[in-house]
Amino acid sequence: MRRFKVFKSLVTDSLDTITTGSKRYHLWMGLLTIIMLAGMYCYSIQLDEGLSVTGMTDRVSWGLYISNFTFLVGVAAAAVMLVMPTYILKDIDFKQAVLIGEGLAVAALIMCLAFVIADMGGPAVLWHMIPGIGVFNFPDSMLTWDVIVLNGYLFLNISIPFYILFRHYQGKDSNPKVYIPGAILSVFWAVAIHLVTAFLYQGLQARPFWNNALLGPRFLASAFAAGPALIILVLGIIKSFSSFKVKDETIKKIAMIVTVAAQINLIMLISELFKEFYAPTHHSESAFYLFFGLHGKTALLPWIWTSISLNVLAVVMLTFGRFRNNFKTLYFCCFILFVAIWIEKGFGLIVPGFIPGPYGKIAEYTPTGIEIGVTLGIWALGAFVFTILAKTAIGIETGEMRYGKKTS
Amino acid sequence: MSEEKKWYNFDLGFTKQTAKTGTCGCGKSEGSCGSKQQPKTTIQKEEISEEAFFEAAVDASIGEERHKDGFDQVFEVKMDRRSAFRKLTASLLIGAGAVNTSCSITAGDASKEKAQIDWEEQFKGNYKLMTDDEKEATVNRLMRSYELRTGKNLSMTAENAKENVLFGYAFNISKCQGYMNCVSACVEENNQDRNSQMQYIRIHEMKDGNGFKFNDADDNYYHEVPAEGHFYMGTQCFHCDNPPCVDVCPVQATWREDDGLVVIDYDWCVGCRYCMAACPYDGRRFNWSKPEVPEKEVNKNQHYLGNRVRKKGVMEKCTFCVQRSRKGENPACVDACPTGARIFGNLLDPDSTIRWVLENKKVFRLKEDLGTEPKFWYFMD
Ligand code: SF4
Ligand code: SF4
Repeated sequence: MRRFKVFKSLVTDSLDTITTGSKRYHLWMGLLTIIMLAGMYCYSIQLDEGLSVTGMTDRVSWGLYISNFTFLVGVAAAAVMLVMPTYILKDIDFKQAVLIGEGLAVAALIMCLAFVIADMGGPAVLWHMIPGIGVFNFPDSMLTWDVIVLNGYLFLNISIPFYILFRHYQGKDSNPKVYIPGAILSVFWAVAIHLVTAFLYQGLQARPFWNNALLGPRFLASAFAAGPALIILVLGIIKSFSSFKVKDETIKKIAMIVTVAAQINLIMLISELFKEFYAPTHHSESAFYLFFGLHGKTALLPWIWTSISLNVLAVVMLTFGRFRNNFKTLYFCCFILFVAIWIEKGFGLIVPGFIPGPYGKIAEYTPTGIEIGVTLGIWALGAFVFTILAKTAIGIETGEMRYGKKTS
Repeated sequence: MSEEKKWYNFDLGFTKQTAKTGTCGCGKSEGSCGSKQQPKTTIQKEEISEEAFFEAAVDASIGEERHKDGFDQVFEVKMDRRSAFRKLTASLLIGAGAVNTSCSITAGDASKEKAQIDWEEQFKGNYKLMTDDEKEATVNRLMRSYELRTGKNLSMTAENAKENVLFGYAFNISKCQGYMNCVSACVEENNQDRNSQMQYIRIHEMKDGNGFKFNDADDNYYHEVPAEGHFYMGTQCFHCDNPPCVDVCPVQATWREDDGLVVIDYDWCVGCRYCMAACPYDGRRFNWSKPEVPEKEVNKNQHYLGNRVRKKGVMEKCTFCVQRSRKGENPACVDACPTGARIFGNLLDPDSTIRWVLENKKVFRLKEDLGTEPKFWYFMD
């Protein structure tokens, strides 16, 4: 009974917290709402006319939505890089960062699910996928595995921080016996969501560009670079806009993680390039298309070369402690790294898988305005969710929000 | 194991008779080991081992489990918990409009019936798991719904695969002249969307002397044929015996029928297009917008798994004209070809033309290295 009362008060308190804030905060939320509404409008057009309003065709049948989905799975998985040291190695440093990381994971997962649904031809019959009342083709279809691991991960990432915050809200300490098993589980789980998502593509013998053993590991490396990079940026923003204390040490440690992951990612890229171009076969055509263009079709060239140069630049700069420990350059590096990996794991991975087609046909793909609108809308949704989660968590952690304490 | 899986090891040899009378792992005669998939077991029977029997048994039991897992796919819906849940979601999904109509007293009988049909169609189960009665029921509903909407009748069947039939196809590269009569016959027969000019068949025009260079081929030509110095090769869904497209589908909306046809339940597909990415032969087509066929051009001889009119956001593909082939006719493309380049038939019938071709011509298939075992062969005179 008491618990219920506390929960009720938590909900009202957090409602209070998220509806009050500085002018900038309101502006930010208002902006996000507008983008979300625009995205919903675009989606309503798509629902009405069908997926023909997107740039996708029979030749390139996955595009921007699935690209973003793939990338965001990586971002979600990255929360684990912070969970591990905090909860298990008792590295107190990360404690605050991890709550932010898990909030980020929740927001990323919600975006993932939204992107998958946006990509479906028949969202109205999605219940066909619900085990029990529909038919769940488990374990044959990797997509069903993905549904399981993503939802499981979402559950873990909601419940662990919720437990901790709920205890802190009452002014009590959280019991490690309760959350450590969950934290350990989520460590394995994060690796699983990423590997399974990679297997989604890796398992298709029809698409040689994806059907290579390095895909899974490379997913992991790039995820552990892009995710923490985003966390650093977010911590930087939070640090300057709220009273939430994040130690410089914490950020520097995360920067170390980013650096190592980005270096490994680059090594794997080199290995991939070597395999494709040292002794090119028929199966290297997608890579040729991606990096050099095929038969005058070069739509992806500017993207991938931007990505590679940003990637290399970021890795070189991060490798030198002088740049890594200077916050200005660190934020810059994290930003360009994030963009580079977004291109590489999104567009640069999904689209060339379809080009050239099974019989060598080269049909290019350009997203339409509506597709971009929906995509932006979903990103805004993610930012919105994250802001709410982070603001509540910060409120509790800084002690502004406490059970029994009146919040204005 | 994989050797046993390759169907041609069994079917194209001359051991078919032994295959039929071969003993099952359980020591009983055909079918009594409880496997539901008769023709499939017939194929495997010849060399059925302990392992195979175990698999068949598991299959059978899981099959039943799956069945229970499904739905009350009956016309009169009982209100147990599961259907109650479905009805709940229903109101969210089909919108209050339909519900209103079906409840209001003033609405005409026809619109009431229509709403009732829409309701039941929205919540029916997966065709693959339906009993014959349920299949019949949904087909009747679809026919009635068409009648209510357009005032015209159509005939739709839910004919199942026959025993001892395995369909296969052969394509004579020397004969094909690129006329594309097959393409237009296919479009007409199968009610494909006219707006997007969807076509199941692609004819690749290749240069003489270059061999099979699909990369340089043109599959979208608009000129007089046969063009000097070129030859032609058609592709479509090859009805792989080990179809990668089937494994990946998250909801089992696509599967291999017992006569070897790979089919799609258009009403069960959620439109994720995973199967499209998994098909190495460009065999699948997606309805990016609502498919439109002018009423008077609709082919009214339909099969549930075949040429019935599709809806927006679902996958479709060649079915070897299931509505024709299960009646013993040739697919439309075979009949339409003026050169006789296309040959279709039952691979299990030793007297069929297709068997003759496979035994007497040098046949080959595309991308054999992928292990998909297409049932579509190419040969030359
Ligand atoms: S050709 Fe493609 S669509 Fe047809 S059965 Fe094979 S994999 Fe499936
Ligand atoms: S598009 Fe339809 S048939 Fe293909 S995998 Fe998805 S649900 Fe299955």
